[in-house]
Amino acid sequence: MAPNVVLVTGVADRIAGRLAAELAADESIERVIGVDPNPPATGLPERVELVAADPRGPLVTRVLRSAGVDTVVHAAPLTGPGQVVGTMRLLAGCQRAGGVRKLVVRSTAEVYGASATSPAVFTEQDVPDGVRRDALEVESHVRGFARRHPEATVTTVRLAELLGSGADSPLARYLALPVVPTALGFDARVQVLHPGDAVAVLRRAVTHDLPGVYNAGGDGVLLLSQAIRRAGRVQLPMPRAAVPAAARLARAELSPDLARLLNYGRVLDTTRLKTAFGYAPRWSTTAAFDDYVHGQRR
Amino acid sequence: MGEAQVIPLPRRELDGPPVTVPRPRPVTRLRQRREAPGLRAFVRNRLTGEYPVDEFGFDPELTDTLLLPPLRAVYEKWFRVTVTGTLPPGGSLVVANHSGTLPWDALMTAVAVRDNHPERRHLRMLGADLVFKVPVLGSLARKSGQTLACRADAVRLLRAGEVVGVWPEGFKGIGKPFHERYRLQRFGRGGFVTTALRAEVPIVPCSIVGAEEIHPKIADLKPLAKLLGLPYFPVTPLFPLLGPLGAIPLPTKWHIHFGDPIRPAPSTPDAADDPAQILEIADTVRDTIQATLDHLVATRPSIF
Repeated sequence: MAPNVVLVTGVADRIAGRLAAELAADESIERVIGVDPNPPATGLPERVELVAADPRGPLVTRVLRSAGVDTVVHAAPLTGPGQVVGTMRLLAGCQRAGGVRKLVVRSTAEVYGASATSPAVFTEQDVPDGVRRDALEVESHVRGFARRHPEATVTTVRLAELLGSGADSPLARYLALPVVPTALGFDARVQVLHPGDAVAVLRRAVTHDLPGVYNAGGDGVLLLSQAIRRAGRVQLPMPRAAVPAAARLARAELSPDLARLLNYGRVLDTTRLKTAFGYAPRWSTTAAFDDYVHGQRR
Repeated sequence: MGEAQVIPLPRRELDGPPVTVPRPRPVTRLRQRREAPGLRAFVRNRLTGEYPVDEFGFDPELTDTLLLPPLRAVYEKWFRVTVTGTLPPGGSLVVANHSGTLPWDALMTAVAVRDNHPERRHLRMLGADLVFKVPVLGSLARKSGQTLACRADAVRLLRAGEVVGVWPEGFKGIGKPFHERYRLQRFGRGGFVTTALRAEVPIVPCSIVGAEEIHPKIADLKPLAKLLGLPYFPVTPLFPLLGPLGAIPLPTKWHIHFGDPIRPAPSTPDAADDPAQILEIADTVRDTIQATLDHLVATRPSIF
């Protein structure tokens, strides 16, 4: 069913903001409402109605009801302590407002974790057991919502690490270090998703009815050592345990999941994205990475 | 972790199809090496990061330029490996006996497959998770094409038409004492059969003669192994007596035979979940390898 009134959470984030802007440019959508407690860093078009609300508060529920929202895109990045409560509030709001027919959730590949015992390539059927408890909890609440509301279309997309020109992610900040600390004796496989593809995937989930869980990542992989060389940086191997501290010294925070990812690597199977979902990422991992490097040099 | 126990299986009377002992045949195709990039190009690609890596982390350029040549020298000059039999074109699951205390048999089989496969495939081996936990070893294993021994990875490789290698005896086989040489250990729970059935590929029974004698393990220092987190700590006539020198394998003469492919013909569509069929096929593969080993050991002129 075509969306009429769309609510996008986390529009201060680049991906969510660009998604809201693109949806606003779509004439067939009547209203686009952006929710975020913080003001967006980049200007959003006039047509995006901004609501400065904390998703943990009750305001979002009122907006859902009074505006007659039929499509909710939970595009806020899964960072910060309030995400689980925010998601629970949002889902409760959807339930109470009654008019929500579609829910699109931006999840992350971090749900899979990364370890020596992980399969080389994760499919959507693999049981997520990552160290990101909050992301796992958000997904489990979304599954609960889908179970209780079989009439609603619920789409969850698990995005690989975001990297591209101008991307601001922990991985981007880490790779931008002049000397990159790496774990001695490890060389991770890294798969990235270009922000442009991330927006396109979320947008397709809004405009089409595609229930289910989908992995989203660029084609191909780069080894961490290879990526560092392509970026023209120098790697500094050191004992594994010292890497997060060294990165922190250089002001690049590595989350526990990212630190594990940079040891063991993680690759998503995107067959379902290309077939059932019907979207082939335009940037391969290498292309997205080179775009990122190009953006750094400008 | 419990101590792995060696459970010798009684030689089974065959009631299935008779196991034919294959006569060694010459390899039909002459070895032809793919053009590896010149050393200069290789170094340039390394410095710019301009080389392909697959989703398992396999780096064919590095493998062919740096890793395989020294192994090929050991293969030709030290163990003087003879290869008989043929590998079917396309994807297949190579199942081999494991021995020798250190996994030289796996490395030599990798060279044998690379040089004798009709499509010049690399052997993609499945390794224990221990391998991927160890720094350097883990990343080197991935770069040379190996991956974790789990069904998802194995089926994915086979469906992509790769040649996958498994050693179902695992640590029980490679770490068995010298007096049990050429006696196959238990073949796990036949997981490799399920994998082959799922991926619909033939199983190639591979018998390796010569690896048993490279490090004759006469004792096992279990407390030391436990302390180091290793599956066993071997004592051979030369190790640890001679220190690192004792870790040099004895120059035995090797014979690797790739048997006729076994194409599991499942009688029911859900055979991959049927323990009876899985164990039957696993036993057929095991008996084929054992019979070939017996034949090859009995007819070889000398260990060296």
